[in-house]
Amino acid sequence: MCSSLATRVAPRRPGASGACSRALAAAFTMGNKQTVFTHEQLEAYQDCTFFTRKEIMRLFYRYQDLAPQLVPLDYTSCPDVKVPYELIGSMPELKDNPFRQRIAQVFSDDGDGHMTLDNFLDMFSVMSEMAPRDLKAYYAFKIYDFNDDGYICAWDLEQTVTKLTRGELSAEEVSLVCEKVLGEADGDHDGRLSLEDFQNMILRAPDFLSTFHIRI
Amino acid sequence: MSRQPKSLGEEAGSGVRGQVRSGSPGTGDRSGRRPSKKRAPRAEGAAGRRGAQPGQKERAGGSPGPGSPRRKQAERRRHREELGERGRSSAERTCTERRKKDGRTSLKEQRAPSKKEKEVPRKEETWKRLKKHRSPSLASSASVGESLSEEELARILEQLEDKKKLIATVRSKPWPMAKKLTELREAQEFVEKYEGALGKGKGKRLYAYRMLMAKKWVKFKRDFDNFKTQCIPWEMKIKDIESHFGSSVASYFIFLRWMYGVNLVLFGLIFGLVIIPEVLMGVPYGSIPRKTVPRAEEEKAMDFSVLWDFEGYIKYSALFYGYYNNQRTIGWLRYRLPMAYFMVGVSVFGYSLMIVIRSMASNTQGSASEGESANFTFSFKMFTSWDYLIGNSETADNKYASITTSFKESIVDEQESNKEENIHLTRFLRVLANFLIICCLCGSGYLIYFVVKRSQEFSKMQNVSWYERNEVEIVMSLLGMFCPPLFETIAALENYHPRIGLKWQLGRIFALFLGNLYTFLLALMDDVHLKLSNEEKIKNLTHWTLFNYYNSSGWNESVPRPPLHPADVPRGSCWETAVGIEFMRLTVSDMLVTYITILLGDFVRACFVRFMNYCWCWDLEAGFPSYAEFDISGNVLGLIFNQGMIWMGSFYAPGLVGVNVLRLLTSMYFQCWAVMSSNVPHERVFKASRSNNFYMGLLLLVLFLSLLPVAYAIMSLPPSFDCGPFSGKNRMYDVIQETIENDFPTFLGKIFAFLANPGLIIPAILLMFLAIYYLNSVSKSLSRANAQLRKKIQALREVEKSHKSVKGRTTARDSEDTAKGNSKNATQLQLTKEGTTPHSASQSQTAGKKAQDPGISSSASRITLPVSQHLPVSRPPGVRPDSGQPRPQTHPWRSASGKSAPRPPH
Repeated sequence: MCSSLATRVAPRRPGASGACSRALAAAFTMGNKQTVFTHEQLEAYQDCTFFTRKEIMRLFYRYQDLAPQLVPLDYTSCPDVKVPYELIGSMPELKDNPFRQRIAQVFSDDGDGHMTLDNFLDMFSVMSEMAPRDLKAYYAFKIYDFNDDGYICAWDLEQTVTKLTRGELSAEEVSLVCEKVLGEADGDHDGRLSLEDFQNMILRAPDFLSTFHIRI
Repeated sequence: MSRQPKSLGEEAGSGVRGQVRSGSPGTGDRSGRRPSKKRAPRAEGAAGRRGAQPGQKERAGGSPGPGSPRRKQAERRRHREELGERGRSSAERTCTERRKKDGRTSLKEQRAPSKKEKEVPRKEETWKRLKKHRSPSLASSASVGESLSEEELARILEQLEDKKKLIATVRSKPWPMAKKLTELREAQEFVEKYEGALGKGKGKRLYAYRMLMAKKWVKFKRDFDNFKTQCIPWEMKIKDIESHFGSSVASYFIFLRWMYGVNLVLFGLIFGLVIIPEVLMGVPYGSIPRKTVPRAEEEKAMDFSVLWDFEGYIKYSALFYGYYNNQRTIGWLRYRLPMAYFMVGVSVFGYSLMIVIRSMASNTQGSASEGESANFTFSFKMFTSWDYLIGNSETADNKYASITTSFKESIVDEQESNKEENIHLTRFLRVLANFLIICCLCGSGYLIYFVVKRSQEFSKMQNVSWYERNEVEIVMSLLGMFCPPLFETIAALENYHPRIGLKWQLGRIFALFLGNLYTFLLALMDDVHLKLSNEEKIKNLTHWTLFNYYNSSGWNESVPRPPLHPADVPRGSCWETAVGIEFMRLTVSDMLVTYITILLGDFVRACFVRFMNYCWCWDLEAGFPSYAEFDISGNVLGLIFNQGMIWMGSFYAPGLVGVNVLRLLTSMYFQCWAVMSSNVPHERVFKASRSNNFYMGLLLLVLFLSLLPVAYAIMSLPPSFDCGPFSGKNRMYDVIQETIENDFPTFLGKIFAFLANPGLIIPAILLMFLAIYYLNSVSKSLSRANAQLRKKIQALREVEKSHKSVKGRTTARDSEDTAKGNSKNATQLQLTKEGTTPHSASQSQTAGKKAQDPGISSSASRITLPVSQHLPVSRPPGVRPDSGQPRPQTHPWRSASGKSAPRPPH
């Protein structure tokens, strides 16, 4: 509520340098006054993610909680802060996910799993309920593409099965399953799944939207 | 639309090119137009500056005009070489608006710049140049803005639209946040800059105003959305549950929340339009007989035991039908209460029907294809079985276990799909199980009928015990409690697959509940008829009493006699209130039984297991009693039937919805607590998304079934003569007729009478049937066409597969002996685009494009190939050694290809 008040006070400066503009506006949340984002930043984040203002603030505080000594409470100057993967992976939302490392890698800048706030917001935006199927499918493909070669090859599939079953299946069973998956979904028959194959398959999956979803 | 920006970009690029490219029909008319004077020199300069780049004209030829695929391909290759990295990022940016339209293909193209994208850099460049030249004049002064030619205006407008679209859709682009932010900023700057420069004179101001309003509207919408999300209750609670138990258990709570919302609306409707007006403006309590506790009940009317049974003061309160007066208008507002009562009763059903169907429709939109799952069993298991919502290690363990089991099951299914069993024994057991269950259902139905009959006897007697008074509710609740587990035990005989078993179980519980409800209703109906037959007698008695009272002797004739105290007037049984009380009691007892079950069955059990485990001879947690699972289907069905009772009863007891709102509210908190404290996650996999609409369908069915008795009562039972808003009328719906006759102008009344004429209604119904028939046949033919198309696609894919497997095998062989000798087989692979995929990561083709490929059409003649394809499968020794090599994926693929190719398309 307060931030909408602040909207009117903040001078409109069209030429301001976008997210990190100089025009400050206070975003008050949780009762304590804090200038975390400028008003422009918040607006930009709302445009770039599927979140509302409140959710962005909540996500920010979640992010900040991961490493309170690392993350400043003032993001108006866009500090270059990364939270290491060890902390990201220990979030309750991710800690039991067999693909947590892949998720963090896919969404991080250098593929090492260390995330900036932007990466963090990106990740949960894609995983949110509002994100469209295409977007989710694209990132799901990247997540399951373990070796980052742009294709889900048999090795990637083996990794996926092993992670899903915690290695309970025997090697033969694993290879049988991978074979089956390739046989079903490999449209162009080159022995691996391209993004196109993957999308073709995943867009028919009845449960994809409901399971590829993290609520925050 | 998607074509125009391109042509515009080209047009801006160079005037010369316009003539070169006049062959393309779509863009010809635009580009053929004479370029404006002002623009020509600048454009030439632009072209000259870029003249250093080779192949510029060819690039222009890459416009969406008709070109042979071969040529396109060649061009594309050249483009790739030329463009390199230069324009790629900018190209990705600008063409996204268009890509959005392409739906699924969009992301593919994102990965690999295609023809379309390669054109865009040109546009982008020229645009930038133009901007550089013009921006000072455009942005600042309005007078210069007017000197802009129309074309330029149109172009800017076009770009403006593109940018706006980008702003709206930037969130669904698969870019990292930094890129999204810069894109957004650029687009916003552009919009800011050029928005004001458009339009002329008055139009300009109007345009600016419209833009301002649009901006404000967007802002308002966003604020409203922010507000809306803040209003959704229990988000965090449900999230907690979701992360502990997965999406299936949470789906129950989401359903509960939805139901709460619906009930809140119903409550508002009834409370605001019926109860409040009657309480505020109707005659006060104690003024007329129907609003007074009768003399005989007076001294006990405030006892808790009486109130608990909804007798005494509660029975004669605004919570029940009988309290309402049949005065046509009440209060200074002249509020037509009987009419409002009737209309609210109808609109409760109308609203519920609408909301259920709407949410069903929105649910079905998400899941378009359901027949596909058979083709992708393993793929779906692999990629969609993990529930990303799980945030609890115990649930995760269960999930791992269930995924492993399901994989194993599928493998077993695949390996021996037709396992021989003793089919006669299974059949016998299944018939036996069904027989037993039907016996159970009949037995429970009879029991309820018997009990309801007995309760009618009891109601005539005095001094009945607590048990005898509440026998019906207790028996019904007990049946609801014990029958489902019994069914489950019996179902163990049948030996179905768990998923099928679950459906049977759901169906049986549904039948049980439905049977119980309808038996209850039938028994109630008997009771009502009995009461109705007595009514005439009581009516006479009332008249007689009043007559005697006023005409009795021994009273001073000069003083008018004070009216008889309302508590002393003999009155009828008021069957509507009796029915309402039954429903009220049923709801309350149902609620209590649910809570007690949860408390005993879940909480006490959990405490016992938890704390007695220290001093017990076996492991309680892992062994026999263990912790309880959350019974999703049972709870959902319970909720649905409860709602059915609310719908039925709300006409006779307006307060029922209020009670239900309370019930849902408490059960939300109570069950949330119980689930988190004393339940363990499910072991059985239960798909939430699929069953969601199933529950909605059940709800719709229950809504319809509960509409029937109410409609029957309204249309064909006479209302009680001395209670309720419709007393004194022949039928309840007479209130409409009365309103039409008295309150509407006469011609409207005539029109209504004319509309109600059977001669008009029957044709209308016939017409409706015809329309339904027509629509049905249309949809059938559409779905048939759909299926045929799907079949075609499937066949095409099979053909492609077989075709590619041949090609792919050669390439695979090639890649085995030469890891880096791409140049050699590149020529060979040019023939099939798919073949290039291993080598050029930027390759992108949709299935549809493939189909058009000339290489494929020729492959139709190669359908006979699969026969020869079996050969590579039968030579594993040659392949096996490769698996140790850096590309082990070749061997599983190969055997898969051999197997799947000859499979007939289905």
